[in-house]
Amino acid sequence: MSLDEQELSELKSKIGREPTSTELNIVAAEWSEHCSYKSSKRHLKMLPMTGPLIINEKGYDSGVLDVGDGYVVTAHIESHNHPSAVEPYGGAATGVGGVIRDILSAGTRPIALFDGLRFGDVEKDLQARWLFKNAVTGVADYGNCLGIPTIGGEVEFDECYENYALVDVAALGFGKKENLIKNHAKKGDLVVLMGGSTGRDGIGGSQFASDSLESENRSAVQIPDPFIEKLIIEAVLEARNGNLIHAMKDLGGGGLSCAVSETADALEIGIEMDVNKVHARESDMVPEEIMVSESQERMLIITSPAKLKKLEKICKKFSIACSVIGHVKFDSHMHVKKGKKTVAHLPTGVVANATLLDLPSREPEYLKTIETEKKFRPISNCSKTLMKLVASPNIASKIWVYQQYDHEVGIRTVVKPGSDASVLRLDNGKYLSAKIDGNPKQCYINPREGAIGCFEEACRNVVCTGARPIGMLDHLQFGNPNDPEIFWTFLESLKGLTDFAKFFEIPCVGGKVSLFNETPVGPIKPTPVIGVLGLIEKKLHRPQKTSKGDYLIIVGDTKDEMGGSEFFEYVHKFVGGKCPVVDFEDSKKHMDSVLNLIDGDLVKSVHDCSKGGLAVAASELCMTNQIGCDISLDKVPNKNLADDRILFSESHSRYILTVEKKNLKASENFLKENHVSFKRIGKFGGENIQFSNKGKSVIDLRVDKAKKAWLNSLRELIIDGKIRT
Amino acid sequence: MKVAVIVFPGSNCDRDMYHVLTDVFDLDAQYFWHEKGLPKNIDAVILPGGFSYGDRLRAGVIAAHSPIIKDVQKMSEKGIPVLGVCNGFQILVESGLLPGVLLKNESLNFMCEWTDLVVENNKTPFTNQFKKNEKIPIPIANGEGRYFADDDTLKHLKKNNQIVFRYGNSVNGSSNQIAGVCNEDGNVVGMMPHPERAVESEINPKDSKPSSLIFESLLTEMGVGN
Repeated sequence: MSLDEQELSELKSKIGREPTSTELNIVAAEWSEHCSYKSSKRHLKMLPMTGPLIINEKGYDSGVLDVGDGYVVTAHIESHNHPSAVEPYGGAATGVGGVIRDILSAGTRPIALFDGLRFGDVEKDLQARWLFKNAVTGVADYGNCLGIPTIGGEVEFDECYENYALVDVAALGFGKKENLIKNHAKKGDLVVLMGGSTGRDGIGGSQFASDSLESENRSAVQIPDPFIEKLIIEAVLEARNGNLIHAMKDLGGGGLSCAVSETADALEIGIEMDVNKVHARESDMVPEEIMVSESQERMLIITSPAKLKKLEKICKKFSIACSVIGHVKFDSHMHVKKGKKTVAHLPTGVVANATLLDLPSREPEYLKTIETEKKFRPISNCSKTLMKLVASPNIASKIWVYQQYDHEVGIRTVVKPGSDASVLRLDNGKYLSAKIDGNPKQCYINPREGAIGCFEEACRNVVCTGARPIGMLDHLQFGNPNDPEIFWTFLESLKGLTDFAKFFEIPCVGGKVSLFNETPVGPIKPTPVIGVLGLIEKKLHRPQKTSKGDYLIIVGDTKDEMGGSEFFEYVHKFVGGKCPVVDFEDSKKHMDSVLNLIDGDLVKSVHDCSKGGLAVAASELCMTNQIGCDISLDKVPNKNLADDRILFSESHSRYILTVEKKNLKASENFLKENHVSFKRIGKFGGENIQFSNKGKSVIDLRVDKAKKAWLNSLRELIIDGKIRT
Repeated sequence: MKVAVIVFPGSNCDRDMYHVLTDVFDLDAQYFWHEKGLPKNIDAVILPGGFSYGDRLRAGVIAAHSPIIKDVQKMSEKGIPVLGVCNGFQILVESGLLPGVLLKNESLNFMCEWTDLVVENNKTPFTNQFKKNEKIPIPIANGEGRYFADDDTLKHLKKNNQIVFRYGNSVNGSSNQIAGVCNEDGNVVGMMPHPERAVESEINPKDSKPSSLIFESLLTEMGVGN
C-alpha cells in the first residue's frame, strides 16, 4: 500500500530530490486509484457531461443541475465497498456520510439518499446475511440521525459477491442557485478544518480501497458519527447563508492530503499548513498519520480573516471544533509544516495529478460462449415457479429494508419507496424523480448491453412516475483493472453507457469508479450502477389504485432474451444465455409515448417490467393493489415463445399500463398513431393472479398467498433463517 | 399568537414543523435554540422530532437537561400548551414533564411506516377538534418508540384520562398500545407519530384531514380557529 517503483522514480524526477516520508504518504494517498482515477480517467471523458441544465464550477464534488426558478439540484454517488466488506455497519454508515458531504460542499442541503446493496447468496451464505443486516443498520442509523430520508435503492444477491459487499450510496441536494459556493480564494485567506477530530481511523483507507481485499484491515475502516455530521451540515449552511465560505471541500479518501492538494490545484493556489494546528484525537500522531487519516465528518473551508470570527461563532453554537490550519499562498505548492519544521513541500500539480495509465484490454475468453444456451424443457408448473420467484431474495419486496429507513423526514416524499421510482416535491412546484439500478447478471453476460440495460431500466423507472430524465450518475464497479479482460469489460460498459447517454441527451452529472473489487473466489461481476434523475415540470400524476375492470396494456416486445434473468439464474441455476438488448429507437419511442399518456391522464398507473419479467411485474401490481388479474399470454407481442419465456423474459423497454375502460380507446389510438408495439393483454379483477394461453390456464395463484410470501420472505430469511421453497 | 419551535443539536424535524405551522396553518412560529430562554409572549411550545445529541446515552435524555427545558416547564405550569413529537416526546418524558418511558421497539429496528391512531382523550389543546375514538392515519418513524409505564402509572393514566392516543393495532409493543399521553392538567402532550408529516394531502397517501385537526385544535385553543 504505497507507491510502486515506477511511481517513486517518477515522483523523484518531478521534484528533483528524495521525497520525505510525509511526502511519500501524501503522494501515495493521492495517487491511489481511489483518489486519482488513474486507470479510468482518460476513458471517462467519453461520457457527455454538459447540457443546458448542467452548472459547472471549479472544485465541485457533486453534479449541479438547474431545475428552474432559481433553484438547483445536486447529485452524487459513492461506494464504500472495501470497508463494508470488513465492517459492514461502519462501512455503510461512513459511505452515507461521505456522499452527504459532497452534496454539502456545493452549498446545498442534502434532501435524499439512495442505497444500492449487493452481497453473496443470502440463502446459503450466513456471512452474506450478516453483512446485509449490518449494512442496512449502518445506512439506517446514519441517514435517520441526519434527518435525510433514504427514499430508494436496490438490494441484490449474487454468488459473485461471496464474502464481499457492494455498498453504493447516492445523495441528492437542493438549494438556491445564488447560494451555490463559488469556490475561490483570495490572498491572505485562511484554511480552516471544521468538524470531527483527526484520529487514527481510516489511515490509508484510499489505498486500502485501491487494492484487492486480502486482509481484514479494520483500522483502515472509518468510524461513523452522524451526530457530528448533522451539526456540520447545519453549521455549514448557516455559514453559507452568512457568505462566510470562499471555498469548501469534504475530507474523504486520502484525508487532508487529497483535500488540500485538490483544492489548491483546482483553485490554482498554494496552501501552507501546520499539522500541529489540526485538532487531533490522539496527541502523539505523526505528520503522515494526520495527513492521510480518513477520520470522518470533517470539512476544509477557505475563508478570510475578517469572516473567521463569525465562522468560529457558528462552530461554537454547534459545539464543533474548527481550527485554522494554514493559509492561502500563490505559489502552487502544498507546504506542510510541523511547527517550524517543513515535513512536505510539493507542487500541487504533481500531487493532484497522478500520471494516467493506459491499461491494456482484451475480450474475455468466457464471453465467446456465454450467450450460447443450454436446452431447457419448458416449465410445467408455472404457478409454482412464479411463487418461488416472488419469494426469492432478489425479487421479494424490500419493505423490511426501507421501513428501517426514515423515508418521510423532510416532508418532500410524494411517491414513497417500494414504487418504480420515488418522487420528491421541490420548492418551485416541480417534482424530482430518481432511481438507481444495476444488473450484474446481465452485465456479466454482455458488459455493453448489460450496462445499457441498467441505464434504460433506471430511465424506465423514472418515466413510470411521469418524469423526463435530465441527468445520470454512473458508478462503475469492477475487479482488478490490471487484468486486461476485466479492463475490457470496464471499457465496454462505459462505451455502452456513453452511446445511450448521447442518443438520449442525458448528461452524466457525476460518477465514481470503484476498481479492485475482488473476492476470495475471484473478481466481482461487472457492476455498473446507474442513477437517473427525472424532472416533472408541471402536474404530478400520482399513480391511482387499480380497480376491478381496469385493463392491462403491455408496451414493447417480449423477446427470447433469458440471459441473466432470475428465471435462468434462480430457477434453472444457469448463468448464460442471450442478454437483453435495448433498441434505442424503440426505447425512445416508448419513453416518449408513456410520458405523453401520463401527461394526458389516460393511464391510472405505469409499471416497469424488469426482474422476473411480465409475470412478476403483473403480480406486483396485483399484490400492491390487492386485486387479481386475468392475462392472455397469446396476446403478448412476441415471436412464438414458450409460455415460460413470455412470462419470465427480462426484455427491456417494456411497460405495463393500467387503463380504465373509458380511456382505453384513446390510449390505444395514441400508441397506434405513434407506431408503438403494444397489446391489451388482460383485465384486473377477482382474487387470483391468472395467466392463460388460448384459454388454457398457465398460472393460477391466490393474490393474498403470493403477497404474504412477497412481503415477508426477506425478513424471514434474514431474521429467522427461513427459506420458502 | 406565537408558537415556539425548540431546536436542540440533532433536531431534524424542526424545519418540517415550522413549515406546517407557518405555511399550512398561517401561524407565527419562531425557532428557539436550546441554550436560549423563552420570552414571556409565547402562546404554545413545540418540541419537534429528531435525534437530539445523536440519541446518545438514551433518546432525549441529554436534551432534557438543556437550559431551555426549565422555561418549558415554567410555561407548562402556567397552562401553556406544549406538544412533543417523537424525539420531542422522548425529551418531555426524560425531563419528567410526562410520565412513562420510551423503550426500543419490539422489533429492535427503526420503524418508518404509516399506521392508524385512535383518539382517546379529546380534551387536550391538541385534540379538542376530534371525536373520541376518531382515527388518524399517520406515519411513525422511530427506533425507541415503545411506550412503557408500570401498572400503577398506567392505572393512574387511565383514571386521569391521560392517554391521548393509542395505536389501532400493536405496532411496537407499547403498553396498552399507547402512542401519546398528556400530563395531569392535559396541556402537555407527547406523541410518537409525526402529525407534521401528515397534514398535506400531497405527501399523505391516505387522508390528511384527521392530522390537520391536531393543529386546528391548537388554533381553537388559542381562539384563532374557525
